[in-house]
Amino acid sequence: MSGIISLSLVELRAKLAAKEISVSQAVSACLERIEATEPKVDALLSLQAEASLDRAEAMDASGPDPDKPLWGVPIVVKDAICTKGVTTTCASKILENFRPFYDATCVERLKNAGAIILGKANLDEFAMGSSTENSAFKPTHNPWDLTKVPGGSSGGSGATVAASQCFAALGTDTGGSIRLPASFCGITGIKPTYGRVSRYGLVAYGSSLDQIGPMARTPADCAAMLQVMAGHDPKDSTSAPRSVSDFVAETASRRDLKGLRLGMPAEYWGEGLTPEVDRCCRAAMDTATSLGATLVPVTLPHTKYAIATYYVVATAEASSNLARFDGVRYGYRHQDSSDLRELYELSRTEGFGEEVQRRIVLGTYVLSAGYYDAYYRKAAQVRRLIRQDFLDAFEHCDVIVGPTSPFTAFGLGEKTGDPLQMYLADIFTISLNLSGLPGLSVPVGLGGDTGLPVGLQMFGRAWDEGTILGAANALSGALPGLGEPKGLLE
Amino acid sequence: MNFTPEQAAKVAALARLRLPEDKLVRLAVQMDDILAYVDTLAACDTTEVEPLYGPVEHHTPLRMDVAVKTCQREDILAQAPESDGRFFIVPKIVSG
Repeated sequence: MSGIISLSLVELRAKLAAKEISVSQAVSACLERIEATEPKVDALLSLQAEASLDRAEAMDASGPDPDKPLWGVPIVVKDAICTKGVTTTCASKILENFRPFYDATCVERLKNAGAIILGKANLDEFAMGSSTENSAFKPTHNPWDLTKVPGGSSGGSGATVAASQCFAALGTDTGGSIRLPASFCGITGIKPTYGRVSRYGLVAYGSSLDQIGPMARTPADCAAMLQVMAGHDPKDSTSAPRSVSDFVAETASRRDLKGLRLGMPAEYWGEGLTPEVDRCCRAAMDTATSLGATLVPVTLPHTKYAIATYYVVATAEASSNLARFDGVRYGYRHQDSSDLRELYELSRTEGFGEEVQRRIVLGTYVLSAGYYDAYYRKAAQVRRLIRQDFLDAFEHCDVIVGPTSPFTAFGLGEKTGDPLQMYLADIFTISLNLSGLPGLSVPVGLGGDTGLPVGLQMFGRAWDEGTILGAANALSGALPGLGEPKGLLE
Repeated sequence: MNFTPEQAAKVAALARLRLPEDKLVRLAVQMDDILAYVDTLAACDTTEVEPLYGPVEHHTPLRMDVAVKTCQREDILAQAPESDGRFFIVPKIVSG
């Protein structure tokens, strides 16, 4: 792999602005790469080849625009985020033919910044899953080993970036859905602070947990994307009315980790880690120390309750959010229903996949009369304790670090038979969503046993994405690169 | 606990899902597993802990209560499985 597609987003942007590369060349390079690799990875659900080439041609005719920070950069959007006139399926049969008549706010901002949306990425249906095997249309394969999952739920976004089909992709993270695929696919992905990026136009799963974030080759690439996406949006009442700092400058300016205290939670660095993940992440900590960081032991004692808490909170919110899919206003409808109730029941039963139905039933149960206090209220109380753990830990450190996952990418089909085992894959990512704080995953090497990418998480204080992006940038700059994904080499 | 297929059917009906018997049996077993895991929360002392339903810390911004036309009727109806150009069409609700 060489040429245009081997550039980072930041490098490409500079060459486009200097007219060393035309937008048409950049888009064509991506489309050629998609044609060559897509049969192997199945990362995309739709492709806007012609429209992208037309847009590129028009942009080349008008010339670079210094006011557009992503001028001519080809990207991909997770198919749970609305794109005007372009099918937005959520990888579900129930939305197979849904074409939104508006753009999500973050898509609108990216387009206004000059980005070109090449296509839409595969995901677990309605973002419910950790492997992208729950897609109603097809599983996505990990570019590092085609027999492995790319992680989920933003597995298509992870795979398309890792396969160099585009320069960045949008993912969404409700319980780790950006960070897990970033880790499994060997790229960087950040879940911003809850409220940092507008959720307007994101098909809701767990409204108090969902955040849209960028996935890209480097932390600096993620910073360039987030800079455009972040900021208050009156259309989303949970988007925070506060100013956005200069992530790009903060990321670029940090060349070492001097003065930074990295908190290592005992709960993330103990038993349960595979030896290769443990070795790789500890080696990264050695590098961090040599860059000037101080390592501090911290504790997040309620981590053991995070998955149980999450599956109550997230499914409760999902059961409510997904009530809107009823076969009346949009999406799949069962034909020939005799009454309204039958229309609802059969449209939903035939339109939703098994995992989505399971979560709707679980969520309905925990919210039902007689169980609400025992499950939903209890989980919300534990949620406060989980968040307090983080606030206490940040009294002693500036960034919290730990492995993104206890293991590297697992095999396709390996966990599909046991939903609970699949849920446990998110053990290290889920607490962050419950707390609302920002976190990213950055690649720190290849596992010595499997040869697959290992990701390290960095969590920051609320609204402090700049510090973790800068720290990740400094650390990854000091580590050897991963090289090309081996599943695409032959 | 013992989550039965009958309970699964009842909750599924509340969620407007109509699942076949074999799926209900499988779902009951999975729900039993998942709820047993969720029950580990009982061991966490939450005495006098205020529930946290969401991480938003700002007050919901207010705006003037003014009607604004944000989209066109035909754009909305274009996505409907069935419409008459003015309204969504559903099976008959009122008999007679």
